[in-house]
Amino acid sequence: MTTPAPTEDRRSIDWLLTIAVLAVTATFVRAIFFTPAEARQGLAQKIFYVHAPSAFIALYVAFGIVAVSGALYLWLRDERLDRIAASAAEVGVVYMTVVLITGPMWGKPVWGTWWTWDARLTLTLFLWFVFLGYLILRGAIDDHGTRARYSAVLGVLGALLVPFIHLSVYLFRTLHPMPIVLKPGHPSLPNSMLATFAMSFVSFALLFVALLRARYRLAARVDALVAEEEFEPAPMPNLRAEPIR
Amino acid sequence: MSHAITPIEHIPRTPHAAEATSARPAIEVDALTRAFGRRVAIRRLTFAVNDGECLALFGPNGAGKTTLLRILAGLLRPTSGTAHIAGVKLPGGAEARAVVGLISHQSMLYSALTARENVEFTARLYGLGSPRHAAMRALQRMRLEERAESPVRSLSRGMQQRVSIARAIVHEPRVVLLDEPYTGLDETGAAALSAALESLKSSGAALVLVTHHLGEGLALATHTAIMRDGQFIKHEPRGTVELDAYRDVYRDAIGR
Amino acid sequence: MSTRVPPGTFAAAALIARKDLAIEFRTRSAFLAAIVFSLLAIVIFFFAWDATAVNAVDLAPGVLWVIFTFSGLLGLHRSFGVEEADRAIDALLASPVDREAVFLGKALANLLFVLGVQAIAIPAVALFYNLPLSRVLGPLVGIAVLAAIGLVSVGTLFSAMAANTRLAELLLPVLALPFFVPIILPAAQSTARLLSGRPIAEAMSWLRILIAFDIVFVVACALAFPFTLED
Repeated sequence: MTTPAPTEDRRSIDWLLTIAVLAVTATFVRAIFFTPAEARQGLAQKIFYVHAPSAFIALYVAFGIVAVSGALYLWLRDERLDRIAASAAEVGVVYMTVVLITGPMWGKPVWGTWWTWDARLTLTLFLWFVFLGYLILRGAIDDHGTRARYSAVLGVLGALLVPFIHLSVYLFRTLHPMPIVLKPGHPSLPNSMLATFAMSFVSFALLFVALLRARYRLAARVDALVAEEEFEPAPMPNLRAEPIR
Repeated sequence: MSHAITPIEHIPRTPHAAEATSARPAIEVDALTRAFGRRVAIRRLTFAVNDGECLALFGPNGAGKTTLLRILAGLLRPTSGTAHIAGVKLPGGAEARAVVGLISHQSMLYSALTARENVEFTARLYGLGSPRHAAMRALQRMRLEERAESPVRSLSRGMQQRVSIARAIVHEPRVVLLDEPYTGLDETGAAALSAALESLKSSGAALVLVTHHLGEGLALATHTAIMRDGQFIKHEPRGTVELDAYRDVYRDAIGR
Repeated sequence: MSTRVPPGTFAAAALIARKDLAIEFRTRSAFLAAIVFSLLAIVIFFFAWDATAVNAVDLAPGVLWVIFTFSGLLGLHRSFGVEEADRAIDALLASPVDREAVFLGKALANLLFVLGVQAIAIPAVALFYNLPLSRVLGPLVGIAVLAAIGLVSVGTLFSAMAANTRLAELLLPVLALPFFVPIILPAAQSTARLLSGRPIAEAMSWLRILIAFDIVFVVACALAFPFTLED
């Protein structure tokens, strides 16, 4: 059980993060100025360059990491797995918030309603609550071992919840007719749009990895400091140890 | 229900004494280590306790004594090394837990239920044949049969502790683990506890007694140990050392 | 050494459930609180209802199952509170019974608690909203039992975790409510169909989700429970 020693001084630049931020900025520039607008939806469609990759990364990558790391932690009890899961949850919740904000931002001009029980959006909403619960749970436990175990259990159970949310939304929509959801990203998109999509996926993924790594390192440093404190032997003599009789 | 107190000497001996001649000690600990994350609470501890013996364990707070008892009770698992209870390797599941009784300074009782209900519930958990009978017998041993039908919350702290002890010994365990059991006991309670422990010892149970009360510990002990930072810095037969002398020994050991 | 045989998993669960119910029966405070809460909530919903805008049969299922959820949460927390107070849980875990039996026993006690509260809440809702209860009572009881099973499995597990944290009863709804949605949605939708006079068969697709949820989560929570214990 070794802590990966942070190899960088706190003041040196996180190159991965810098490159990722530049990539995301470049994507925004390209999406806004250099990609044609979609015929039916107009400018609002451009929100999807943010919405789609964030949704994919948050739901599949971030949540997947939390659930799988959690399950592995329960088996292997390696604290690094817990650290990865916690970092993924924090970054994932940010991505999910982006999805939940951009979804209605796109929905209102296109369908006329802020919210629709779209399968992916609804799933994101529920997993967002699960992630928030996850972070609140972690904040309410001091002991590292307990915190890791409880988080792992919540992560695995959350994964089990996913199919039930899907089923419920599917049944709800079949029985209650809803507006048809238009999702760009079909293969018949013009090349320039596809290129922008590809760019946005890559840059958002890069940003996720950079943020995950930065968060993980921070957690590792904090844990190392805390462990050093605990190793300080308690000062002697301990007066309470004096027997009474 | 008879109001007479059953004298301790007339309580029938259990077959533990016969098992004392069997090969394995009741408690066997070998290079036992327990860590919590990076903090090591117990380091490579090795000792054994045979039937009929009492190991009195002294030491400052944070030494790892409670952790050791929790491992032996089956509540925690070892990080490395081995521990055996009655020949079963820990964590041994139901088989090991069935012969262990645990007493701590917290009562581990349900305050809304009566003394008898608490002890009877435990008797059922251990699968005893006539749980109510066993519960009353255990309460008699602790001189509490008159308050058997009182809710635990209406009993004094000392009486609650005695109910807790009755609960822990109702199944006549082969191994009794006691974590500062004298806390909060008055004269009557302490005397009843010491008597019950003596009788358990003489019927062949193996005891590990963690206490800050050197006098009571020495009175019951066949062996003594002083624990600090997860290790035994002294572990020896009780011999004939007097309380005052032992107090000096303890102070020296801890002051080091 | 003697004829003692520690109880198997289900016998131990029954023992523990009986013990929990004995404790609850002794004080009755949590049960009464949950009932009073339910009745108050029903009244509040009733007064907030504009009968000219929404039909009784449209509103009642939602009211019923929302109250079910929140009164259930009230009962759930106390199931591990009683163990924490004097560390009785240690004595339970040091005994020969399985960890799974501890979970099943507590879940069973919670189940009876929730069903007890529902036995009063459901007729109360029927009373206020003038529902044709006699027609639908059988299927409704079935839905209530299925929903209660799902609620107590997830709720018992999370209350075991919440009892060990600084936030305790505040944490339980935060953790559990997302998991309750696949219970409430099928329950409310099937109840709505029943009350509109449709045959139960039409609600079967919803009930299948509920049954599947129950099966998956009873097993998953029983298996996850030992991980909530320190070892």
